[in-house]
Parts: sequence; C-alpha cells; structure tokens
Amino acid sequence: MLGNEAIARGAYEAGVKVSAAYPGTPSTEISENIVKYDEIYAEWSPNEKVATEVAIGASISGVRAMASMKHVGVNVASDPLYTISYGGVNGGLVLVAADDPGLYSSQNEQDTRCVARAAMVPVLEPSDSQEAKDFVKFAYEISEKYDTPVIVRTTTRLAHSQGTVTLEERVEPEDKLYERNPSKFVMMPANAIGRHVYVEQRMKSMAEDSSSFAINRAEYNDTSIGFITSGIPYQYVKEACPNASVLKLGMVHPLPRRLIEEFASKVEKLYIFEELEPVIEEQVKSWGIEAAGKEIFTVQGEYSANMLREKILHEKVQAKEPAKVPARPPILCPGCPHRSVYSVLNKLKIHAAGDIGCYTLGAVPPLNVIDTTVCMGASISTLHGMEKAKGKEYIKNWVAVIGDSTFLHTGVNSLMNMVYNQAAGTVIILDNSTTGMTGHQDHAATGKTLKGQVVPAVNIAGLCKAMGIQHVTEVDAFDTEELERIVKEETARGEVSVIITKAPCVLLKGNIFPYKCRPVPEQCKKCGACLRPGCPALTKNSDGTISIDDTMCNGCGLCEQLCKFDAIKRVEA
Amino acid sequence: MTKNIMIVGVGGQGTLLTSRILGGITLDAGYDVKLSEVHGMAQRGGSVVTFVRYGEKVAEPIVEEGQADVLIAFETLEALRYAHFLKKDGVLVVNTQRIEPITVVTGAAEYPENIVEGLEQEHIVYKIDAMEEAKKLGNSKVFNIIVLGMAAKHMDFSKEAWIKIIEKTVPPKTVEINKAAFLKGYEGQ
Repeated sequence: MLGNEAIARGAYEAGVKVSAAYPGTPSTEISENIVKYDEIYAEWSPNEKVATEVAIGASISGVRAMASMKHVGVNVASDPLYTISYGGVNGGLVLVAADDPGLYSSQNEQDTRCVARAAMVPVLEPSDSQEAKDFVKFAYEISEKYDTPVIVRTTTRLAHSQGTVTLEERVEPEDKLYERNPSKFVMMPANAIGRHVYVEQRMKSMAEDSSSFAINRAEYNDTSIGFITSGIPYQYVKEACPNASVLKLGMVHPLPRRLIEEFASKVEKLYIFEELEPVIEEQVKSWGIEAAGKEIFTVQGEYSANMLREKILHEKVQAKEPAKVPARPPILCPGCPHRSVYSVLNKLKIHAAGDIGCYTLGAVPPLNVIDTTVCMGASISTLHGMEKAKGKEYIKNWVAVIGDSTFLHTGVNSLMNMVYNQAAGTVIILDNSTTGMTGHQDHAATGKTLKGQVVPAVNIAGLCKAMGIQHVTEVDAFDTEELERIVKEETARGEVSVIITKAPCVLLKGNIFPYKCRPVPEQCKKCGACLRPGCPALTKNSDGTISIDDTMCNGCGLCEQLCKFDAIKRVEA
Repeated sequence: MTKNIMIVGVGGQGTLLTSRILGGITLDAGYDVKLSEVHGMAQRGGSVVTFVRYGEKVAEPIVEEGQADVLIAFETLEALRYAHFLKKDGVLVVNTQRIEPITVVTGAAEYPENIVEGLEQEHIVYKIDAMEEAKKLGNSKVFNIIVLGMAAKHMDFSKEAWIKIIEKTVPPKTVEINKAAFLKGYEGQ
C-alpha cells in the first residue's frame, strides 16, 4: 500500500467523517483514496486554507475530520492552523502535511516541523506505510485527549513508497456533543489570552507524557553508537547500521525529553539523523546533551543509507562514478495547449510573471517565456507590483500566466486587487479544465466534485466580468493567429484585461485525438520553425528535414500552423 | 538477503505498471517488499526511476548506488544515467530505444554514441529492441512487458507466477497481448 493510501485507510479506520484538501504532490493520493470510502464525506476545496477551515468546522460540530496538503499548502492554511491550536477541537482534528526533501515537485524545501513548533501543534512522523495508517489513528486519540489539532508529517519518500499494511475494521466513535462554548471557539482577545495559557500547559503535559508513548521507542543494541531519528531516515539507519542503538521518535514535537536524556546517557557517541532542519538537534543540544548532527549531515535533500556508510562507518560504497549524461528534465506533453500559448508569447517577445503548475515549464528552453514564479496565485500580484513600480508602459510586454485551478486557489484575490487599485496589465488564464500537474483533479470550474458528482461549474469569464473587468476574452488555445491578435490588442490597452485560453489538458480522460501531424519532406525548407516550441514528438533528421513520432503526436496542429511551406499536414488519424 | 531491482526510463514509458507487477509477484511469493516511485512534475517526459526491494524484512524503500541486482532500463540514455547503481555482478537489461531529451533536441547537449557497447565493457548486459518486437506482436505499448520478461529470468519467481500476476494486474482486455509480450522476453520466442 502506498504511504498516502495507508493514511487514507487510517482515516477510514479511525472513523473520520469529513475530509477536505487541495491537491499537491506528494499529498494528492490521500484524498484520491479517501474518496473510495462511502462513509467519509470528501471534497476538493479551492485551497488549503478553505480545506482546513472545513475540517475545523466538522471538528467543532463533533466529528473526526482531516485536511491534507503539501508542505507549502500549510503556509496557505497557517492562518486557521495557528488559531485553532488555541481553540482546540471537539471531534479529533488531523492535518496531514507532506514535505518534499529533495524538491521532487515543489518550489521550496521547507520543514513543516518548524511551522508546527511555532503554532504549538504536536507532530507525528511515520516511517512506513503500516505506521502511516497506525499513526493517523493514534493522532485522533491524542487530538481528543489533549484537545489539540495534530499534524501527521510525511515526506515524498514515504508518501510515494509502498509497503505491506495490516488492515483493521472501521470504528466510528459516537459524535461528540456540540455545546456552545465561545471562550474556546470564539478567538477574540479576551478569550485567546486564556487559551494561550491552556496551549502552553497542553504542550508541557504532552511533552511529559510522550516519554511513555509507544510510538517513541528506544531500540538498544551496540551502545557505542546511538541514533536519534524519525520518519524515513530511521529506515536508512536500520539499513546501514543494523547493530546500532536507535531512539525512534514517532512524535517529533513536542519531544520526549526524559526518554531522550535516558537514551543519551546510555550511548557513547550520539548522532541526530533528521532530514531538513535541525529541529530535534537544536532542542536536544539546548538541554546540554552532546550530539553530532548537521555538522555532518546536510540540511538539503534526501538522506540515504550510503550517507551513513560513508560518513559514520567510513566505508567506500560507490563502485563507479556516475556517467556524465545529458539531463532529461520534464517537458510539456505533445499536444499540450500551454505550448501553443507560449509559442505565441515567445514570438511576441513577451515576458510572463508565472505561477505554479505544469505551465511553469514555460520558464525553460526552448520556450523561455516565464521570468518569475513564487507561489500559488503570485503571478497576478507580482505583475501588479511591477506595474505600480514602473508604470503602464513598462509592463506592455508583460503578462501574468496562471492555470484555471491556481486562479481559483488564490489568483482571484490578486485579480480583485488589480481592479480595485486601478492597475493595468493582461492576465492570461490557461484554462485546461483540470488541475494538471498533480494528475487531473477536479475543481470548482470543472463541474465535477471529488466524489464524481456533476455540479454547476464556476464560470471563470463571468467571475472576471463580475469583478468589473471590461475586457475579458475567451480564445481557443490552439488558434495561434487569433491569440496573437488578442495578446497584441490587450497588452497595448493600458487597462486590466483577461484572456482565457481554452483547450483541455491533452492527458485528460475522455479526450479524443482525431488527427495526426505528418511531415511532407519534399516541401520542407529546413527552416526549423516547427521545432522551435520543443514538441517532443518532433525530431530533426540528419538532412535537416523532420520526423514526427506517430505514437507521441496528438495531432494538435501547432507545428502545422508554424510551417509556412505546407511541409506538415494534419490528417485524420 | 534483500534483492534490489530498479526500473528506469522516460516519463510515460510505463515504469509504474511494471513496478506494480513486480511488487505484486514478490508479495504473492510471501516476501516483505517496498516500492518507491516518482509522481507529479517529474513524470512529464522526464527521467523516472522506480525502486523495488524484496526479502525477508526490508527497511529502506530505495536502492542506492552500487546496490542494484537488476537494472531494467527502457531507454539507453537512462541505462547509462543509472548504471552506477549496479552491484559489481549486477545485471542490466536494456531496451535499445533512443529517446532524445529536450536538452539534446535544442542542441544544448549531445546524445552519447555507442552507449550499450560501452556498458557491455563494464557490466553484464542483456539488450533487446523491444519496441520492434512489440510492433511485431501488434501493440507497441507492450514493449515494457517484453523487457520485464527478459529481466524476469534474473529474479526468483517461476514462469507460472509471472503469468498469474500479469493476468491479475493488467487491464482485462490486454491480458493476452501482455502474456505474449512477457513470454517473448522470457523465452526469446
């Protein structure tokens, strides 16, 4: 079972009734598995803040609830998180946060444990799929016992690894009684003062009790070396140093000080082996315990057993040096509508303030359109900031590009701000009718819910018009001629305008491709115009003509449009 | 003793399906097994790697440098990229297909020549033009199962067990062609 599938199973067995999330690698499959259980109401929310608040509402009403997200989603959710830490829970409340050491699919490498310490929320960290399931269940127990939201922290390696899991039955606890309790759930200053005192006490008593939690476990072997570790790094310790003593922490915040002091006193050389920030290390050292950590092990990327073999056991592990080979970065798919839009922007030498999605790949050669990418929704507001700093003329060769799902996530507020503050600038919403990069999740504008229910879809063009934007144009993403005309017109306008480029993601289920593009070599002038947007189905032959891989081509016709010599023909497949 | 298998290729070549078949057969045989895969951004035509480890009790879910018993490569450049993960006596099974990465297409890098010949100097290599063989079978998509069939000879499971897990794992409509593809690789027929 995938780590994420095991988390979903844990939620099911724990009797969770409400789950809300916004997709984000590596957390997406949690919701995609939770939805299979009819007993749980599950939804895609427009963003992580909303998802967390939905879960909070469910908890206050008396049922067990879950919100799941990737690490940067926790930033979006941090506003409700910091305060519900004060309020506490009624039904158990768990937030699953998936960190991404090694940056497989993210814009930064932040450590959720740091957020949890600041928010004064306990964190559990499983080491494999079995624990992922078991820890979720334990999280609900302590959430209700200590009146606190609980974070279950995973990493990409755990979320996307499979291991064996023993299943148990679902036990649905009776709903907690709801009683009006403003001093607990209305967080205005007078009430929050008292709750802050409570939070301090709660974390103290949890820290005290956690030395006897079964998930914090000392495994004594050879005591000349001892490791304090947690999560996936625990597995690397077991792999490389099976005879060492290990203190395996299942709860990484608050720390079980008594247990750690006892362990430290019994081993000769103590190492702290934790990926990303020295969260455990700094606390342990602050208690006057001698230990080695980040002076040996990096704060960057994933750890490994080989790291221990080299740095602790001083073994030479690698038989051969890696070969020097050309990189193979991810690219837009053949037939991707984003490529078509970017080929137009590239031709017009337009810069783009970018956003988070597959379309961030517009930053790399050969497209080179995107200049900036910060976080979800930032494209529109950074363009706005540039215009306010440098004026309307300056941004006439700029646009913001943002996907449909990202626009609904946090782009809407930024666009509202442009209208309100009389900005100029063109926003291109790349509407491919799905959340593409995370593997095709529905959202408020697709007309379908996580449970597969058909519902009225938010009309993106209508939404923009309702904000008071006069110039909202919808255009077929593959009609490059028309798109070019519109982009020229809108960027010259000196007002707020929105262009919605429409074409479904090429990988979307049910998409049919009636055409294939075929080269006509005798017409080819070897100019290379068709190759410029970097479609992976096209390759240049040694004589300068091109080949089109028939199995890859989806017949989008972009290359045909770019060829001025009729040397590519789109034919029925 | 834990056995370490790696499947490498280009996003979209079916590494996930192959690793699921592998994971399934190890479980059926009663081993402890861990699998680690790549999702999200990295799948979009990028270099992908999947790890499968099985044995009595498996700790870490990944295979590290110098530890792989079998490296299954669906593309030659990817074989070269990950060859240093092989143990000294590890086996490389490679599909001789060449897929140029965008860095080569744009002229920023060159695709190395004679990759397989070079690897044969240093490793135990079994090669096959699986795409060509798959086309002969009537469906180019099953090339990955041909390569898996070739690699299967270097693992600890019977032919019957492989056939059984393929029947269980692939979509019902494609069982026959996948079985034929597996046998093509396994028996070289």
